[in-house]
Amino acid sequence: MSGGTGYLHSGLPKPVPAADGLDAPFWEGVAEGKLKLQRCRACGRWQWGPEWICHNCHSDDLVFEEVPPVGRIYSFERVWHPVHPALKDQGPYIVVLVEFPEHDQARIVGNLLGDPHQDVAIGDEVHAVFEHHQDEDPAFSLVQWQVA
Amino acid sequence: MERSLRGTVAIAGVGETAYYKRGQAPDAEFKLALMAVLAACEDAGISPKQVDGFASFSNDRSDPSRLAAALGIHDLRFANMQWGGGGGGGSGALANAAAAVATGMAECVVVFRALAQGQFGRFGQGPVRNVISGDGAHTVPYGLMSPAQSFAMKVKRFMHEHGVEQSALRALSLASYHHAQNNPRAVMYGRPLTEEKYDDSRWIVEPFHLFDCCLENDGAAAMIVVPAERAQDYPHKPTYLLGAVSGSHYRAGASVHNAPDYATSTFKTCAPRLYDMAEVGPGDVDVLQCYENFTGGVLMSIVEHGFCEPDECNEFLVKENLVAPDGELPTNTSGGNLAECYMHGLGLNIEAVRQIRGESSNQVEDVDISMVVSGPMVTPVSSCIFGTEATL
Repeated sequence: MSGGTGYLHSGLPKPVPAADGLDAPFWEGVAEGKLKLQRCRACGRWQWGPEWICHNCHSDDLVFEEVPPVGRIYSFERVWHPVHPALKDQGPYIVVLVEFPEHDQARIVGNLLGDPHQDVAIGDEVHAVFEHHQDEDPAFSLVQWQVA
Repeated sequence: MERSLRGTVAIAGVGETAYYKRGQAPDAEFKLALMAVLAACEDAGISPKQVDGFASFSNDRSDPSRLAAALGIHDLRFANMQWGGGGGGGSGALANAAAAVATGMAECVVVFRALAQGQFGRFGQGPVRNVISGDGAHTVPYGLMSPAQSFAMKVKRFMHEHGVEQSALRALSLASYHHAQNNPRAVMYGRPLTEEKYDDSRWIVEPFHLFDCCLENDGAAAMIVVPAERAQDYPHKPTYLLGAVSGSHYRAGASVHNAPDYATSTFKTCAPRLYDMAEVGPGDVDVLQCYENFTGGVLMSIVEHGFCEPDECNEFLVKENLVAPDGELPTNTSGGNLAECYMHGLGLNIEAVRQIRGESSNQVEDVDISMVVSGPMVTPVSSCIFGTEATL
Protein backbone atom coordinates (compact mmCIF):
# COMPACT_ATOMS: atom_id res chain seq x y z
CA MET A 1 0.00 0.00 0.00
CA SER A 2 1.37 3.44 -0.80
CA GLY A 3 0.35 6.88 -1.88
CA GLY A 4 -1.44 7.79 1.34
CA THR A 5 -4.26 5.28 1.11
CA GLY A 6 -4.61 3.54 4.40
CA TYR A 7 -7.06 1.61 6.51
CA LEU A 8 -8.13 4.82 8.25
CA HIS A 9 -8.88 8.13 6.61
CA SER A 10 -5.87 10.42 6.46
CA GLY A 11 -5.54 13.34 8.85
CA LEU A 12 -4.72 11.60 12.11
CA PRO A 13 -1.45 12.60 13.79
CA LYS A 14 1.47 10.95 12.01
CA PRO A 15 3.94 8.93 14.07
CA VAL A 16 7.47 10.28 14.37
CA PRO A 17 10.32 8.89 16.49
CA ALA A 18 10.54 10.21 20.05
CA ALA A 19 12.74 13.30 20.39
CA ASP A 20 15.09 11.35 22.67
CA GLY A 21 15.44 8.61 20.04
CA LEU A 22 14.10 5.82 22.23
CA ASP A 23 11.86 4.19 19.61
CA ALA A 24 13.65 5.44 16.45
CA PRO A 25 14.93 1.96 15.42
CA PHE A 26 11.37 0.65 15.53
CA TRP A 27 10.11 3.27 13.09
CA GLU A 28 13.15 2.85 10.85
CA GLY A 29 12.35 -0.86 10.74
CA VAL A 30 8.71 -0.29 9.90
CA ALA A 31 9.69 2.00 7.03
CA GLU A 32 11.75 -0.91 5.63
CA GLY A 33 8.92 -3.39 6.15
CA LYS A 34 10.53 -4.98 9.18
CA LEU A 35 9.04 -5.47 12.63
CA LYS A 36 11.71 -4.88 15.27
CA LEU A 37 11.17 -5.12 19.01
CA GLN A 38 13.53 -4.40 21.84
CA ARG A 39 15.66 -7.17 23.30
CA CYS A 40 18.21 -7.25 26.09
CA ARG A 41 21.59 -8.58 25.01
CA ALA A 42 22.55 -9.38 28.58
CA CYS A 43 19.65 -11.64 29.58
CA GLY A 44 17.87 -12.21 26.27
CA ARG A 45 14.51 -10.83 27.45
CA TRP A 46 12.21 -9.06 25.00
CA GLN A 47 10.34 -5.97 26.12
CA TRP A 48 7.79 -3.53 24.73
CA GLY A 49 7.21 -0.57 24.80
CA PRO A 50 10.82 0.37 24.48
CA GLU A 51 12.73 1.51 27.56
CA TRP A 52 16.30 2.62 28.30
CA ILE A 53 17.13 -0.39 30.44
CA CYS A 54 15.97 -3.99 30.69
CA HIS A 55 13.19 -4.40 33.24
CA ASN A 56 14.50 -7.87 34.08
CA CYS A 57 18.25 -7.48 34.59
CA HIS A 58 18.64 -3.68 34.35
CA SER A 59 21.30 -3.83 31.65
CA ASP A 60 21.32 -0.94 29.21
CA ASP A 61 22.71 -3.15 26.45
CA LEU A 62 19.50 -3.24 24.43
CA VAL A 63 18.99 -3.78 20.73
CA PHE A 64 16.04 -3.75 18.34
CA GLU A 65 15.80 -7.20 16.80
CA GLU A 66 13.58 -8.27 13.94
CA VAL A 67 10.75 -10.65 14.81
CA PRO A 68 8.60 -12.69 12.41
CA PRO A 69 5.61 -10.54 11.37
CA VAL A 70 3.12 -12.97 12.85
CA GLY A 71 1.20 -12.63 16.11
CA ARG A 72 -2.02 -13.50 17.91
CA ILE A 73 -4.99 -11.28 18.69
CA TYR A 74 -4.78 -10.69 22.46
CA SER A 75 -7.70 -8.26 22.52
CA PHE A 76 -9.60 -6.03 20.11
CA GLU A 77 -12.25 -3.37 19.89
CA ARG A 78 -14.64 -2.05 17.28
CA VAL A 79 -14.72 1.73 17.47
CA TRP A 80 -17.93 3.49 16.44
CA HIS A 81 -17.80 6.99 17.88
CA PRO A 82 -15.18 9.19 16.20
CA VAL A 83 -13.11 11.29 18.61
CA HIS A 84 -11.02 12.97 15.91
CA PRO A 85 -12.24 15.15 13.02
CA ALA A 86 -10.37 12.98 10.49
CA LEU A 87 -12.54 10.01 11.44
CA LYS A 88 -15.85 11.85 11.25
CA ASP A 89 -17.01 9.90 8.18
CA GLN A 90 -14.92 6.80 8.79
CA GLY A 91 -17.61 4.55 10.19
CA PRO A 92 -16.65 1.68 12.47
CA TYR A 93 -13.10 0.37 12.50
CA ILE A 94 -11.25 -2.35 14.36
CA VAL A 95 -8.22 -1.92 16.59
CA VAL A 96 -6.34 -5.05 17.62
CA LEU A 97 -3.82 -5.69 20.35
CA VAL A 98 -1.43 -8.24 18.89
CA GLU A 99 0.71 -10.45 21.11
CA PHE A 100 3.93 -12.24 20.25
CA PRO A 101 3.86 -15.39 22.39
CA GLU A 102 7.39 -16.40 21.36
CA HIS A 103 8.80 -13.03 22.32
CA ASP A 104 7.91 -12.76 26.02
CA GLN A 105 4.33 -11.80 25.23
CA ALA A 106 5.28 -8.39 23.85
CA ARG A 107 2.22 -6.65 22.35
CA ILE A 108 1.67 -3.93 19.78
CA VAL A 109 -1.40 -2.07 18.57
CA GLY A 110 -2.66 -1.96 14.98
CA ASN A 111 -5.80 -2.15 12.87
CA LEU A 112 -7.36 -5.37 11.61
CA LEU A 113 -7.67 -5.04 7.84
CA GLY A 114 -10.79 -6.09 6.02
CA ASP A 115 -14.48 -5.68 6.74
CA PRO A 116 -14.91 -3.49 9.83
CA HIS A 117 -18.01 -5.55 10.68
CA GLN A 118 -16.18 -8.88 10.57
CA ASP A 119 -16.27 -11.25 13.52
CA VAL A 120 -13.02 -11.12 15.43
CA ALA A 121 -11.75 -13.92 17.65
CA ILE A 122 -9.25 -13.42 20.44
CA GLY A 123 -6.42 -15.90 19.91
CA ASP A 124 -6.56 -15.87 16.11
CA GLU A 125 -3.25 -15.70 14.25
CA VAL A 126 -2.62 -12.51 12.30
CA HIS A 127 0.02 -11.45 9.80
CA ALA A 128 1.55 -8.00 9.53
CA VAL A 129 0.85 -5.79 6.53
CA PHE A 130 3.09 -2.73 6.26
CA GLU A 131 1.15 0.35 5.27
CA HIS A 132 3.41 3.01 3.79
CA HIS A 133 2.39 6.64 3.44
CA GLN A 134 5.18 8.05 1.27
CA ASP A 135 3.23 11.08 0.06
CA GLU A 136 2.44 12.41 3.50
CA ASP A 137 4.50 15.10 5.19
CA PRO A 138 6.28 13.70 7.04
CA ALA A 139 6.19 10.29 5.35
CA PHE A 140 5.40 7.45 7.73
CA SER A 141 4.61 3.77 7.83
CA LEU A 142 2.26 1.73 10.01
CA VAL A 143 2.02 -1.95 10.90
CA GLN A 144 -1.42 -3.35 10.17
CA TRP A 145 -2.75 -6.89 10.61
CA GLN A 146 -4.69 -9.43 8.64
CA VAL A 147 -6.21 -12.69 9.80
CA ALA A 148 -4.03 -15.56 8.60
CA MET B 1 4.95 1.40 66.81
CA GLU B 2 2.39 0.19 64.31
CA ARG B 3 2.43 2.31 61.17
CA SER B 4 -1.09 2.80 59.87
CA LEU B 5 -3.53 5.53 58.98
CA ARG B 6 -6.35 3.60 60.67
CA GLY B 7 -8.39 5.88 62.87
CA THR B 8 -5.84 8.70 62.81
CA VAL B 9 -7.86 11.26 60.85
CA ALA B 10 -11.46 12.25 60.27
CA ILE B 11 -13.41 14.13 57.62
CA ALA B 12 -14.67 17.34 59.21
CA GLY B 13 -16.43 18.78 56.18
CA VAL B 14 -17.35 18.20 52.57
CA GLY B 15 -18.31 20.68 49.88
CA GLU B 16 -19.23 20.82 46.22
CA THR B 17 -20.20 23.43 43.70
CA ALA B 18 -23.25 22.87 41.61
CA TYR B 19 -22.36 20.37 38.90
CA TYR B 20 -22.68 21.46 35.28
CA LYS B 21 -22.54 19.92 31.88
CA ARG B 22 -19.14 20.71 30.38
CA GLY B 23 -18.91 24.29 29.20
CA GLN B 24 -21.92 25.41 31.21
CA ALA B 25 -20.27 26.49 34.46
CA PRO B 26 -20.83 30.22 34.96
CA ASP B 27 -17.52 30.51 36.84
CA ALA B 28 -13.84 30.08 36.06
CA GLU B 29 -12.28 26.80 37.11
CA PHE B 30 -10.20 28.45 39.85
CA LYS B 31 -13.29 30.13 41.28
CA LEU B 32 -15.03 26.75 41.28
CA ALA B 33 -12.13 25.40 43.37
CA LEU B 34 -12.50 28.27 45.83
CA MET B 35 -16.26 27.81 46.08
CA ALA B 36 -15.86 24.12 46.87
CA VAL B 37 -13.29 24.88 49.57
CA LEU B 38 -15.56 27.54 51.08
CA ALA B 39 -18.49 25.11 51.03
CA ALA B 40 -16.44 22.41 52.77
CA CYS B 41 -15.28 24.89 55.42
CA GLU B 42 -18.83 26.04 56.02
CA ASP B 43 -19.90 22.41 56.36
CA ALA B 44 -17.13 21.91 58.95
CA GLY B 45 -17.94 25.16 60.70
CA ILE B 46 -14.41 26.50 60.38
CA SER B 47 -12.82 29.60 58.92
CA PRO B 48 -11.14 28.94 55.57
CA LYS B 49 -8.13 30.76 57.03
CA GLN B 50 -7.60 27.77 59.33
CA VAL B 51 -6.89 25.47 56.39
CA ASP B 52 -3.17 24.71 56.32
CA GLY B 53 -2.78 22.25 53.48
CA PHE B 54 -3.99 21.15 50.06
CA ALA B 55 -3.84 17.77 48.37
CA SER B 56 -5.06 17.04 44.87
CA PHE B 57 -4.46 14.73 41.92
CA SER B 58 -4.35 14.47 38.15
CA ASN B 59 -2.33 17.67 37.74
CA ASP B 60 -5.09 19.91 39.04
CA ARG B 61 -4.54 23.41 37.72
CA SER B 62 -5.60 25.23 40.89
CA ASP B 63 -2.22 26.02 42.46
CA PRO B 64 -2.12 25.65 46.26
CA SER B 65 -0.17 28.87 46.84
CA ARG B 66 -2.70 30.84 44.83
CA LEU B 67 -5.53 29.13 46.73
CA ALA B 68 -3.84 30.01 50.04
CA ALA B 69 -3.42 33.62 48.95
CA ALA B 70 -7.00 33.89 47.71
CA LEU B 71 -8.35 32.41 50.95
CA GLY B 72 -6.09 34.45 53.24
CA ILE B 73 -4.64 31.32 54.81
CA HIS B 74 -2.32 32.16 57.69
CA ASP B 75 0.13 29.28 57.55
CA LEU B 76 0.32 26.91 54.56
CA ARG B 77 2.11 23.75 55.72
CA PHE B 78 1.35 21.11 53.13
CA ALA B 79 0.94 21.18 49.35
CA ASN B 80 0.75 17.83 47.61
CA MET B 81 -0.01 16.43 44.19
CA GLN B 82 -0.66 12.73 43.66
CA TRP B 83 0.98 11.71 40.39
CA GLY B 84 -1.12 10.02 37.73
CA GLY B 85 -3.28 11.53 35.07
CA GLY B 86 -6.73 10.30 35.91
CA GLY B 87 -9.29 9.56 38.55
CA GLY B 88 -6.97 7.02 40.12
CA GLY B 89 -5.66 9.69 42.45
CA GLY B 90 -8.81 10.60 44.38
CA SER B 91 -8.36 8.36 47.38
CA GLY B 92 -4.59 8.67 46.94
CA ALA B 93 -4.81 12.42 47.50
CA LEU B 94 -6.88 11.70 50.59
CA ALA B 95 -4.25 9.19 51.76
CA ASN B 96 -1.54 11.81 51.32
CA ALA B 97 -3.54 14.41 53.24
CA ALA B 98 -4.21 11.86 55.97
CA ALA B 99 -0.52 10.99 56.19
CA ALA B 100 0.33 14.67 56.63
CA VAL B 101 -2.25 15.15 59.37
CA ALA B 102 -1.44 11.86 61.09
CA THR B 103 2.26 12.75 61.31
CA GLY B 104 1.77 16.32 62.48
CA MET B 105 2.90 17.98 59.27
CA ALA B 106 -0.46 19.77 59.05
CA GLU B 107 -3.67 20.10 61.04
CA CYS B 108 -6.40 20.86 58.51
CA VAL B 109 -5.85 19.72 54.93
CA VAL B 110 -8.26 20.22 52.04
CA VAL B 111 -8.46 17.44 49.46
CA PHE B 112 -9.96 18.90 46.31
CA ARG B 113 -10.44 18.59 42.58
CA ALA B 114 -11.65 21.37 40.28
CA LEU B 115 -12.37 20.63 36.68
CA ALA B 116 -13.84 22.73 33.92
CA GLN B 117 -13.57 20.63 30.79
CA GLY B 118 -15.51 23.31 28.96
CA GLN B 119 -12.70 25.78 29.64
CA PHE B 120 -9.67 23.56 29.24
CA GLY B 121 -10.55 20.83 26.78
CA ARG B 122 -12.45 17.58 26.90
CA PHE B 123 -10.96 14.30 28.01
CA GLY B 124 -12.96 12.40 25.44
CA GLN B 125 -11.35 13.86 22.32
CA GLY B 126 -8.25 12.81 20.41
CA PRO B 127 -5.28 15.10 19.72
CA VAL B 128 -5.54 17.27 16.60
CA ARG B 129 -2.03 17.91 15.31
CA ASN B 130 0.21 16.88 12.45
CA VAL B 131 2.62 14.53 14.21
CA ILE B 132 2.78 12.53 17.42
CA SER B 133 5.72 10.92 19.21
CA GLY B 134 6.32 8.79 22.27
CA ASP B 135 3.76 6.26 23.50
CA GLY B 136 0.99 7.96 21.52
CA ALA B 137 2.81 7.32 18.24
CA HIS B 138 2.14 3.62 18.76
CA THR B 139 -1.61 3.97 19.28
CA VAL B 140 -3.07 7.27 17.99
CA PRO B 141 -2.34 6.69 14.26
CA TYR B 142 -4.42 3.49 14.57
CA GLY B 143 -7.40 5.41 15.96
CA LEU B 144 -6.76 4.33 19.56
CA MET B 145 -6.67 7.65 21.40
CA SER B 146 -9.51 8.33 23.84
CA PRO B 147 -9.91 7.03 27.40
CA ALA B 148 -12.86 4.89 26.31
CA GLN B 149 -10.85 3.37 23.49
CA SER B 150 -7.85 2.72 25.74
CA PHE B 151 -9.93 1.02 28.40
CA ALA B 152 -12.28 -0.96 26.16
CA MET B 153 -9.32 -3.11 25.08
CA LYS B 154 -8.78 -4.28 28.68
CA VAL B 155 -12.45 -4.83 29.38
CA LYS B 156 -12.90 -6.85 26.18
CA ARG B 157 -10.10 -9.15 27.29
CA PHE B 158 -11.54 -9.51 30.81
CA MET B 159 -15.01 -10.31 29.46
CA HIS B 160 -13.45 -12.86 27.11
CA GLU B 161 -11.45 -14.55 29.87
CA HIS B 162 -14.39 -14.80 32.25
CA GLY B 163 -17.42 -15.08 29.99
CA VAL B 164 -18.89 -11.79 31.22
CA GLU B 165 -21.99 -10.66 29.36
CA GLN B 166 -23.13 -7.18 28.39
CA SER B 167 -25.87 -7.39 31.03
CA ALA B 168 -23.26 -7.01 33.78
CA LEU B 169 -22.15 -3.65 32.38
CA ARG B 170 -25.76 -2.64 31.85
CA ALA B 171 -26.63 -3.36 35.49
CA LEU B 172 -23.91 -0.99 36.69
CA SER B 173 -25.22 1.77 34.45
CA LEU B 174 -28.85 1.15 35.48
CA ALA B 175 -27.93 1.34 39.18
CA SER B 176 -26.15 4.69 38.74
CA TYR B 177 -29.03 6.22 36.79
CA HIS B 178 -31.52 4.78 39.28
CA HIS B 179 -29.73 6.52 42.16
CA ALA B 180 -29.41 9.79 40.26
CA GLN B 181 -33.21 10.05 40.05
CA ASN B 182 -33.28 10.66 43.82
CA ASN B 183 -30.34 13.09 43.80
CA PRO B 184 -31.24 16.65 42.76
CA ARG B 185 -27.51 17.50 42.46
CA ALA B 186 -27.12 14.89 39.73
CA VAL B 187 -26.70 16.10 36.17
CA MET B 188 -28.90 13.16 35.08
CA TYR B 189 -31.61 13.88 37.68
CA GLY B 190 -34.93 13.53 35.90
CA ARG B 191 -33.44 11.43 33.10
CA PRO B 192 -34.07 7.80 34.02
CA LEU B 193 -32.56 4.88 32.14
CA THR B 194 -34.26 1.63 31.20
CA GLU B 195 -32.87 -1.63 29.89
CA GLU B 196 -34.40 -0.86 26.50
CA LYS B 197 -32.91 2.61 26.36
CA TYR B 198 -29.50 1.19 27.26
CA ASP B 199 -29.73 -1.59 24.68
CA ASP B 200 -30.86 0.84 21.98
CA SER B 201 -28.14 3.39 22.70
CA ARG B 202 -25.32 3.70 20.22
CA TRP B 203 -21.96 2.03 20.62
CA ILE B 204 -19.12 4.34 21.55
CA VAL B 205 -16.59 1.57 21.32
CA GLU B 206 -17.53 -2.05 21.90
CA PRO B 207 -18.18 -3.18 24.63
CA PHE B 208 -19.25 0.32 25.75
CA HIS B 209 -22.61 1.76 24.84
CA LEU B 210 -23.20 5.49 25.37
CA PHE B 211 -24.55 4.78 28.85
CA ASP B 212 -21.43 2.87 29.88
CA CYS B 213 -19.45 6.09 29.64
CA CYS B 214 -19.05 8.83 32.22
CA LEU B 215 -20.17 12.40 31.81
CA GLU B 216 -17.91 15.35 31.02
CA ASN B 217 -18.56 18.08 33.56
CA ASP B 218 -17.54 21.33 35.14
CA GLY B 219 -17.43 21.81 38.89
CA ALA B 220 -15.35 21.28 42.01
CA ALA B 221 -15.39 19.13 45.13
CA ALA B 222 -13.50 19.36 48.42
CA MET B 223 -13.20 17.58 51.75
CA ILE B 224 -11.43 18.57 54.95
CA VAL B 225 -9.09 16.20 56.80
CA VAL B 226 -8.42 16.80 60.51
CA PRO B 227 -6.89 14.80 63.38
CA ALA B 228 -9.23 12.09 64.67
CA GLU B 229 -9.01 13.30 68.24
CA ARG B 230 -10.77 16.52 67.19
CA ALA B 231 -13.49 14.82 65.15
CA GLN B 232 -16.13 15.51 67.79
CA ASP B 233 -15.48 19.29 67.61
CA TYR B 234 -17.29 19.64 64.28
CA PRO B 235 -21.04 19.85 63.62
CA HIS B 236 -21.55 16.54 61.81
CA LYS B 237 -21.45 12.93 62.88
CA PRO B 238 -17.73 12.06 62.64
CA THR B 239 -16.43 10.11 59.67
CA TYR B 240 -13.12 8.37 60.35
CA LEU B 241 -10.64 7.09 57.82
CA LEU B 242 -9.95 3.41 58.39
CA GLY B 243 -7.62 2.90 55.48
CA ALA B 244 -6.37 4.47 52.27
CA VAL B 245 -3.87 3.05 49.80
CA SER B 246 -2.58 3.67 46.31
CA GLY B 247 -0.32 1.87 43.89
CA SER B 248 -0.14 -0.51 40.96
CA HIS B 249 1.10 -4.01 40.26
CA TYR B 250 4.17 -5.34 38.43
CA ARG B 251 4.78 -3.41 35.22
CA ALA B 252 1.22 -2.06 35.19
CA GLY B 253 2.59 1.02 33.48
CA ALA B 254 4.41 -0.81 30.67
CA SER B 255 3.52 1.27 27.65
CA VAL B 256 1.53 0.36 24.54
CA HIS B 257 -0.78 -1.99 26.49
CA ASN B 258 2.06 -4.26 27.68
CA ALA B 259 1.18 -4.80 31.35
CA PRO B 260 1.74 -8.56 31.82
CA ASP B 261 -1.43 -8.81 33.93
CA TYR B 262 -3.45 -6.76 31.49
CA ALA B 263 -7.19 -7.28 31.98
CA THR B 264 -7.41 -5.62 35.35
CA SER B 265 -8.42 -2.44 37.15
CA THR B 266 -4.97 -2.60 38.84
CA PHE B 267 -6.23 -3.19 42.39
CA LYS B 268 -4.91 -6.72 42.90
CA THR B 269 -2.04 -5.53 45.09
CA CYS B 270 -3.84 -2.50 46.55
CA ALA B 271 -7.02 -4.16 47.78
CA PRO B 272 -5.33 -6.56 50.25
CA ARG B 273 -3.31 -3.65 51.67
CA LEU B 274 -6.47 -1.62 52.04
CA TYR B 275 -8.33 -4.33 53.93
CA ASP B 276 -5.28 -5.03 56.12
CA MET B 277 -5.01 -1.38 57.11
CA ALA B 278 -8.74 -0.95 57.69
CA GLU B 279 -8.96 -4.30 59.52
CA VAL B 280 -12.14 -5.20 57.64
CA GLY B 281 -13.00 -7.48 54.74
CA PRO B 282 -15.25 -7.09 51.72
CA GLY B 283 -18.12 -8.71 53.65
CA ASP B 284 -18.03 -5.82 56.13
CA VAL B 285 -18.56 -3.11 53.49
CA ASP B 286 -22.06 -1.64 53.76
CA VAL B 287 -21.94 0.62 50.72
CA LEU B 288 -19.53 1.13 47.82
CA GLN B 289 -18.64 4.06 45.61
CA CYS B 290 -16.64 2.70 42.69
CA TYR B 291 -15.07 4.95 40.08
CA GLU B 292 -16.62 4.52 36.68
CA ASN B 293 -15.21 6.42 33.80
CA PHE B 294 -16.63 3.30 32.11
CA THR B 295 -18.71 0.50 33.57
CA GLY B 296 -16.07 -2.05 32.61
CA GLY B 297 -13.75 -0.56 35.21
CA VAL B 298 -16.31 -1.07 37.97
CA LEU B 299 -16.71 -4.65 36.82
CA MET B 300 -13.04 -5.44 37.37
CA SER B 301 -12.69 -3.24 40.49
CA ILE B 302 -15.55 -5.07 42.20
CA VAL B 303 -13.89 -8.39 41.46
CA GLU B 304 -10.46 -7.21 42.60
CA HIS B 305 -11.83 -5.88 45.88
CA GLY B 306 -13.26 -9.31 46.60
CA PHE B 307 -16.99 -8.67 46.23
CA CYS B 308 -17.45 -11.44 43.70
CA GLU B 309 -15.40 -14.01 41.83
CA PRO B 310 -14.44 -13.18 38.25
CA ASP B 311 -16.57 -16.01 36.93
CA GLU B 312 -19.63 -14.89 38.94
CA CYS B 313 -20.00 -11.42 37.42
CA ASN B 314 -23.10 -12.28 35.39
CA GLU B 315 -24.95 -13.46 38.49
CA PHE B 316 -23.70 -10.83 40.94
CA LEU B 317 -23.87 -7.75 38.73
CA VAL B 318 -27.63 -7.37 38.46
CA LYS B 319 -29.46 -4.15 39.28
CA GLU B 320 -31.21 -5.50 42.41
CA ASN B 321 -27.84 -6.24 44.02
CA LEU B 322 -26.48 -2.77 43.32
CA VAL B 323 -29.23 -0.39 44.40
CA ALA B 324 -29.87 1.24 47.76
CA PRO B 325 -31.22 0.63 50.28
CA ASP B 326 -31.57 -3.14 50.14
CA GLY B 327 -29.12 -4.37 47.52
CA GLU B 328 -26.39 -6.83 48.40
CA LEU B 329 -23.81 -4.16 47.57
CA PRO B 330 -25.37 -0.71 47.01
CA THR B 331 -23.01 0.91 44.54
CA ASN B 332 -22.58 4.50 43.34
CA THR B 333 -25.48 5.76 45.41
CA SER B 334 -25.20 9.37 44.24
CA GLY B 335 -25.34 8.37 40.59
CA GLY B 336 -21.56 8.52 40.46
CA ASN B 337 -19.52 9.59 37.47
CA LEU B 338 -22.10 8.18 35.07
CA ALA B 339 -25.11 10.11 36.28
CA GLU B 340 -24.28 12.55 39.10
CA CYS B 341 -21.15 14.29 37.88
CA TYR B 342 -17.70 13.44 36.63
CA MET B 343 -15.52 15.30 39.13
CA HIS B 344 -12.66 12.91 38.47
CA GLY B 345 -14.19 10.70 41.12
CA LEU B 346 -13.82 12.94 44.17
CA GLY B 347 -17.60 13.21 44.32
CA LEU B 348 -17.55 9.49 45.17
CA ASN B 349 -15.50 10.17 48.31
CA ILE B 350 -17.98 12.84 49.35
CA GLU B 351 -20.90 10.47 48.80
CA ALA B 352 -19.14 7.86 50.94
CA VAL B 353 -18.96 10.41 53.78
CA ARG B 354 -22.67 11.21 53.34
CA GLN B 355 -23.46 7.52 53.76
CA ILE B 356 -21.58 7.47 57.09
CA ARG B 357 -23.42 10.61 58.21
CA GLY B 358 -26.80 9.26 57.09
CA GLU B 359 -27.28 12.11 54.62
CA SER B 360 -27.29 10.40 51.22
CA SER B 361 -30.19 10.85 48.85
CA ASN B 362 -30.06 7.04 48.53
CA GLN B 363 -29.24 6.24 52.12
CA VAL B 364 -28.35 2.70 53.09
CA GLU B 365 -29.49 1.78 56.59
CA ASP B 366 -27.02 1.58 59.46
CA VAL B 367 -23.86 2.24 57.50
CA ASP B 368 -20.70 1.63 59.50
CA ILE B 369 -18.25 0.85 56.70
CA SER B 370 -18.29 2.96 53.53
CA MET B 371 -15.76 2.33 50.79
CA VAL B 372 -14.45 4.22 47.77
CA VAL B 373 -12.55 2.83 44.79
CA SER B 374 -10.76 5.55 42.82
CA GLY B 375 -9.82 4.97 39.24
CA PRO B 376 -9.35 1.85 37.21
CA MET B 377 -7.46 3.31 34.31
CA VAL B 378 -4.46 5.55 34.80
CA THR B 379 -2.06 4.18 37.41
CA PRO B 380 -1.37 4.52 40.27
CA VAL B 381 -4.92 3.79 41.41
CA SER B 382 -6.21 4.15 44.97
CA SER B 383 -9.02 3.21 47.31
CA CYS B 384 -10.13 4.04 50.84
CA ILE B 385 -12.51 2.97 53.60
CA PHE B 386 -14.38 5.25 56.00
CA GLY B 387 -15.98 4.14 59.25
CA THR B 388 -18.18 5.41 62.03
CA GLU B 389 -16.91 5.88 65.58
CA ALA B 390 -18.19 2.39 66.37
CA THR B 391 -15.65 0.88 63.98
CA LEU B 392 -12.58 2.37 65.65
